Amino acid sequence: MKPLVFALEREPDQRLDLAPLTPHALNGKSAKEIAQIELQTTREKIAVGDIFKIRSGDAQTIVFEGGSERLDNIGQDLKSGEIIVEGDVGKSVGRSMSGGNLVVAGDAGPYAGSALSGGRLEIAGNAGDFLGAPLEGEIEGITGGFLIVRGDAGSRAGDRLRRGTIVIEGSAGDYPGSRMIAGTLIVLGASGVLPGYLMRRGTIALANPPELAPTFVDCGSHELAFASLFARLLRPESRGAAKLFSSLLNRFAGDTAALGKGEILYPA
Amino acid sequence: MRPIVRNGVRIDESFAEAFPMRGTAIVITGPNQKWARQAATTMTGFATSVIGCGCEAGIDHELSAKETPDGRPGVRVLIFAMSTDTLQTQLVNRVGQCVLTSPGSACFGDLDGGDRLQIGDAIRYFGDGWQVSKKFGARHFWRVPVMDGEFLCEATTGLTKKAVGGGNLLIMGATPKTTLRATELAVEAMNGVKDVILPFPGGIVRSGSKVGSKYKAMSASTNDAYCPTLRGAVATNLDEDIGCVLEIVIDGLTEQAVAKAMRAGLAAIVKLGPEQGAVRVGAGNYGGKLGPFHFHLKDLLP
Repeated sequence: MKPLVFALEREPDQRLDLAPLTPHALNGKSAKEIAQIELQTTREKIAVGDIFKIRSGDAQTIVFEGGSERLDNIGQDLKSGEIIVEGDVGKSVGRSMSGGNLVVAGDAGPYAGSALSGGRLEIAGNAGDFLGAPLEGEIEGITGGFLIVRGDAGSRAGDRLRRGTIVIEGSAGDYPGSRMIAGTLIVLGASGVLPGYLMRRGTIALANPPELAPTFVDCGSHELAFASLFARLLRPESRGAAKLFSSLLNRFAGDTAALGKGEILYPA
Repeated sequence: MRPIVRNGVRIDESFAEAFPMRGTAIVITGPNQKWARQAATTMTGFATSVIGCGCEAGIDHELSAKETPDGRPGVRVLIFAMSTDTLQTQLVNRVGQCVLTSPGSACFGDLDGGDRLQIGDAIRYFGDGWQVSKKFGARHFWRVPVMDGEFLCEATTGLTKKAVGGGNLLIMGATPKTTLRATELAVEAMNGVKDVILPFPGGIVRSGSKVGSKYKAMSASTNDAYCPTLRGAVATNLDEDIGCVLEIVIDGLTEQAVAKAMRAGLAAIVKLGPEQGAVRVGAGNYGGKLGPFHFHLKDLLP
């Protein structure tokens, strides 16, 4: 089946909300109907056909040819199917997605994978601040699914993570895993200050940990069956993450300034 | 009835009558094969017959480190019971008392399907609040802190309502020695079949039973028609040349697996021949009215 293609004709001169362009929303619509969909924006009214050249195909796979940091909310509420972006995206890519596969070949802005609850989101480039985090006023960040960033992530990655797995193959900014409720956050590069700040439960695995807060307490180094299990589960997605979980791991429990039932693991 | 003869071994024109059971499968891993096997052996102990043990359990096969979820050597265990409730109780009791306790062990579900049985979902409470839930994709695990580290246990495993219990072969020979030799070879061949277990000691039962007894308290009693020492005294099923009878009972996750195991066992017995092994093979049934699965020996011949 041919995919449905949106070829970006020029750099948009204002931010565009592309949340309506998902497989379940476009299923059964003709190229003409899709071209008439009005996009939310900042100043002037704009329709999909004004900025994208549409090549019709099966909406179960949507391809964006070209990207821009002004393209916001791509793949919002994605339930199934696939979206591939051959370029950069703006804020909140994959926000609240519950299934399917979303791949960004370039960089992503802030709040990538915000409140993800299922499916798989891959960002080949870098991600901005608040990776997977909840928006203001929301209680939970990611509650399921799998998010992988091949490059670096900004500050507060995995904020309020509740369930599911985040892998950052590059480095993470300050406060990775802040206020984590549970779930798993893995950082293979460097990590900014105070990982796991006020985390309650959950696992943060760091290949290169910074100095930990004194509210994390040393529980020794261990060979954990859980780590070798996760090494095998992660290997198809990230060899680096698999390697990290294959090593002997130091376990620090914390953040004892909060509930204290979480852990930071790093190679012994 | 005139028996079928294969390589000098008489095959009764009879059938094994088997019953529907609930079945499940788990994988137990350990720091090495010895301790994986130890945990599996302990948890499948005293599980020969649902009548007295609550369930029937055994080792399906061993797994190399490459084949297990956590990359350590493992053993696949099958457990069968007559009801879902009993199976659930037996599974949690046995994993809790025999696998959780075994050094370095971990436990995983190994049967797909929508019907689920709890393992870690029940055993996690041993963690007294320190248990850790870990999800990856659709799989859910529990980490329970224990004195040698952590007990890793999958939350649930699958349940099949299409399991079959009570497939059997009656192996008859001239002496205990030759009969045991034939039966051991049959057990060895059947151990190579996946999705089945032979729940009795070493796969063999020597005290086959009939329904009912002269004593009110007993619901089953010795199968006198197959007791060689009563050959002249009762309405016997034994011929003049038979001095010993041993039985193999088979439980399987599917009807096909039980048939495959019986076929493998029969082939091994026939190959050995009557001088060194069994002179005759039969199968146990209740006239065909009680159990829905009938495994006819003539259909399973080599």
